[in-house]
Order: sequence, then structure tokens, then C-alpha cells
Amino acid sequence: MTSLRLTVKTNESDPLPEIDMSTHLGLLDLKNPILTASGCAAAGRELDQFFDITTLGGIVTKSVMQNPRSGRPTPRMAETPSGMLNSIGLQGPGIDSFIEKDLAWLSERGATTVVSIAGGSVEEFARVAGKLRLAEGVSGIEVNISCPNVESRGEVFACDPVAAAEVITAVRRNTAPNIPVLAKLSPDVTDIVAVAQAVVAAGADGLSMINTTLGMVINTETMRPALAGITGGLSGPAIRPMAVRCVWQVHQAMPEVPILGMGGIRTGLDALEFILAGASAVSVGTTIFHDPTAPARIRDELTRAIAERGFETLIDAIGYAHREPDVELAPTGPAFVEFEQALDDDQADVDL
Amino acid sequence: MAVQVRGEVLDIRRVGQYHVLSMVAPGVAENAKPGNFVAINVGGEHSSMLLRRAFSIYRTDQRGVYGGTVDIVFSVAGPGTAWLAERTRHDVIDVVGPLGRPFVLPAEPVPCVLIGGGYGAAPLFSLAEKLRERGCRVDFVLGASTEDRIFGALEAKRISQSIAITTEDGSLGERGRVTDVLPRVIERADSAVLYACGPMGMLQAVAKTAERYGIHSQCAVEEAMACGVGVCMTCVMPVVGDDGQTRMVRSCVEGPVFRGDRVRWSEVGTVPDDVIGSIAWTQAVNDSRFSGPLPVAVEEPELIDDDVAAASEELS
Repeated sequence: MTSLRLTVKTNESDPLPEIDMSTHLGLLDLKNPILTASGCAAAGRELDQFFDITTLGGIVTKSVMQNPRSGRPTPRMAETPSGMLNSIGLQGPGIDSFIEKDLAWLSERGATTVVSIAGGSVEEFARVAGKLRLAEGVSGIEVNISCPNVESRGEVFACDPVAAAEVITAVRRNTAPNIPVLAKLSPDVTDIVAVAQAVVAAGADGLSMINTTLGMVINTETMRPALAGITGGLSGPAIRPMAVRCVWQVHQAMPEVPILGMGGIRTGLDALEFILAGASAVSVGTTIFHDPTAPARIRDELTRAIAERGFETLIDAIGYAHREPDVELAPTGPAFVEFEQALDDDQADVDL
Repeated sequence: MAVQVRGEVLDIRRVGQYHVLSMVAPGVAENAKPGNFVAINVGGEHSSMLLRRAFSIYRTDQRGVYGGTVDIVFSVAGPGTAWLAERTRHDVIDVVGPLGRPFVLPAEPVPCVLIGGGYGAAPLFSLAEKLRERGCRVDFVLGASTEDRIFGALEAKRISQSIAITTEDGSLGERGRVTDVLPRVIERADSAVLYACGPMGMLQAVAKTAERYGIHSQCAVEEAMACGVGVCMTCVMPVVGDDGQTRMVRSCVEGPVFRGDRVRWSEVGTVPDDVIGSIAWTQAVNDSRFSGPLPVAVEEPELIDDDVAAASEELS
């Protein structure tokens, strides 16, 4: 790793720096670290008219359940400052139709596909995973144990380490060993590290963080909840600091576990924050609604940002923000004096 | 096929209570058909308003001096449209379009009534021109709450056989609603198709009127959308498919134009129990697991593709 070196901002039209942006999530090799986020890109087809989806690290499809599902009534969304609230309720075609149409299309198109699965019970998760085991074109499974828009709000699997682990055990058992299983975690917990440790112990090969956080908007004209579902999941740049914090905490506790980071990524520098916090790859979600070409743009912006900072490969940047304080670059002045005192006191690892 | 382009404002002007914005948007104008819409970002590059605003296309000009131009009509309803209203010539706007399914045109030169509620009239003028090119008689009915919310009365008059105007306060035309005068227009012209765009309540009334006369209706809905391109799943409505089954379909990609008799208007905003995948439907599926076959086919039908094929065939 070369030392920190900032260069002038490059022009958008300049050729992309030739650096190795490949990464991996467990056994899943990715050509670059930008994926779409589940629920924000359907099954890739709609976005393929705006950019070539096969140039992304991968497509994470909208969570699919065993049966077709109509989702919740409308209104299903409300705009919030730098974000939005949604209450879709996992609308989808059911696993059979998904495999036959959506997955077949993605496979034919040549996209790297991570299939997001959801279920109302451990059995349903297991059945859906079992169907995917027999299907072509699945590169990874993301287990959505954290959707807030389900019947038993607040009782999502990801809020309980035991329930979360049961689901992951069942999915892992029904998935081919060479296909990584990622557990998608909810930020709506007191200790996300505890949930992360439980699902990793249960066999998760990696973690997707974070799902939306539960929120609510009241329409001040009608003086009723803005969403038909009353509460909804908050997403977008508004939740990015929360997502970065979650990635940071879990990477610090388990640096060997690959993380797919997401939550309000809008630019390449936003993506870089997640990488530096410890994510091996990132998903772009709500920003797609704002800018359908965002995943391709963010991929290029991140490539430049990584090169500008002197990294030779993307992998060198993963978790780089966790490095030990660099004494040579430490600031002078009172903070530096305190730092030296701390060193003298042999407490260099306390919070500085 | 839709494109995302950096459009440039050519002109913005007030028309009654509304704003008409013209922009150069290469690639959008060239492919637009009557009934298509555009989705526009508001608030500039670092906007905290993330969701695109959808506007039906009022006019296009493929031979603009600076490239194809697109005109939209809107009223200021919140901070997003307020920002849009403040744009001036040469400002840049991020535009995605053309989006959605256009109006389907009749194969025969039959009489048609075009019904617009407020600025919902916007997509009807280019439609009227297309219909007239095919030899269809065109009658207009425009309605709004007040005179300054009637859009395009003069233009409608120029390209139609007749025009009827209703306002709820009687400030222009007849006092009342479009459906008060619609039967008279249909009977006089022996109309075969109703084309409508406007608020949900008006569309429901137009669809009912069409049903009563046993004629076809094409309704363009104005449903709230986040993305406009089919990925967010927020703009769904209960719509009946060719197989008689109701599904929650996306009004951005499977609409905004629907056959009036296919939308379950009074249940918009709900998920009817017989919709595939509803809570009640799932319950029935689970109950029947041990007692017989599934209550309905699980397969998703190709509800729209036939329509699109028909539309493109007829339009070409």
C-alpha cells in the first residue's frame, strides 16, 4: 500500500485509470464492487436500456418469495429529506415465475446475479433456496431477513439473533456450497454485531448491510399517515451515516467476514466511504430512482477516487479507515501532545 | 426505448394557472408518441428531493433548431414543481423519456372524444393530430374547477369538430363536470372511442360512461411515481388482464394509458382480495394445499404485450 496521496480532480471524460477493481464476496468473484440494491433495480431488465448491466459487479434482484405476492396498497412511498419512505410489501411473481422469466433473462444477458430471497417462515426461506439450487444463473443468495414491510412489523428475523440464525442455517443447508449466502441485516437493532456474529456462526458467508430503517410520515393536509401501510422503510442518503457506522462496527468485530455495504450511496465517494469502513463491495439502491444510470456512474467515480488516493487495487482500500493512527501524519498541537502522552502511558489503543 | 439526457430549457411561460416548459431533449422527442411521459429531476445536482416528477408530454418538435424539443405542462404543487417553475432559458434539466405505453389508435377512422381534466389535457393535442391524420372525427371536452385551470381551449377548438367546456364554478362554459356534457357529445358524434387524461375520479366517470354506451375508452392515469422506469413498484393499480385475473400493475411501464374497462377504479389504492398474491389469495392457496388444486393459475399472463404489439402496429 502506498501512502496517502491526493491529486487534482480528474475530468469526467478522461480515460478511466487502469487499476484492478475486482473484489470478492466469499467465493463470489466480482469484476468490480458495484452492484444494484435489492428492490431498487427489479431484475435488471428495465435498467439495461440506460446502461449495460453486465458491466456492473452484479445485479441483486428484488426479494422473491415462494408464491406470487401483490404487496401493500398505495400510497406506497413518500419523499423525505434526502431519502424516501417505502412500503411495497415484497410484491413479486413468486419463485417459479422468477426463475422461468427474470433469472433466465439475466442469465441469457450474462449478468452476475445475486438473488434476494424472502420468506414468512424458516420453511419458506428453505423452499425458495431449494428451488434456486436447481436453477441456472445464480451467483449468490442474499437472504432478506430484514424487510420492515411485512405483516409482523418489528418482528423481522434480523432483529433476533436466534431467529436470524435459524433462517441462515436453513438457507445454507439448501444452497450449493460454492454459492455464497449473504445475510441482509437490519439497522433497527441495539447491537448489530451480535446479530452479525449469530448469522456468521449459522453459516452466512457474508453480510449485506443495511436494509431500510423503519420510519413514518404524516400528511399534514389529510392529517393521516402518508403511507397506506402507515410505517415504511427509510432509505437514501439520509441513512448513509447510519449504514457506514454499521459496516464499520461489524468489520471491526469480524474483519475476515466479507460485507456488501449499502445505504444511501449516491456518488463514488459515498461508495468509497463504505469500502474504507470495511465493505468489500457496495449496492446502489434508492439513487437509481433519481438517476437510472447511477450504478455505472458510481462505478467510474469510485475507480477514479481509488486511483487518485494512490491505491493500486480496490482490495487495498477495503477497511483502510481502520488502520492504526499514522504517527508521521499525526497533527501537531495539543492533540498530538495528548497522543504522545497516550503512547507514553502505553494506551495508544484507547480512543483518541 | 427511453433515454436519460441533460435537457436544456428553451422557454418557460405561464398559461392560466399552469406553466408550459419547453426543453431541448435529444432522443426523447424523436421517439415520443401521444400518451408517453417524461420523468424529471428537481432541485439541481445536490437536491435533497430524490424522486423524479412525471409529466405527460404535451408537444414534441423533432425539427427544433437545437435538436428535438419536448414541452410539458404543470402546476406548482410543492417544492419540486416550484423549483421547476423557476427555471429560465438555458438551465439544464435531467430528463428521462419517453416513458410508458402510449394511447392505442383505432384502426378505422371512427369518431373519438378527447376528454381532459385541468392540465391533464396536455397529451390530447398531439393525439388529436394523429387521429385526424387517420380521418377520425375529433371532439373535445375540457373540464376544470375554474376558468384559469382550463388548458388549451383555443388549440382544442382549432383541431376538433366541436369543443365543450365545463367548470365547477361556471366561470367558463357550462357549470358542472365533463361527464355532465359527455353523453350529449357522444350521442351527437356517434363516438366510438373516448380518450381521457386527468384526475382518477374523472377517469373513472369517463370509463363508466364508455361502458354505458358500449364503446371503448383509453385512460391515462396520473399516479404518483418515484422512478417512472419500472423499478420502484410504488405506482401500482389493480388492473384486470386478458385472462380475467386482477394484478397490481405498474402504471409507469404498463400504463399510464389503460383500457378504461380494465382498471378497477373504485379499488385504486387498495389490494382487492381476488388479486393474485393478496393476503386473502395467499390464505386460500395455503388452505387448499391439502385439499385440492390452487384456486387460480399462478402464471403471470402477458397482459400488455398484445396491446403494445397492436399499438405499435397501428401507429406505424
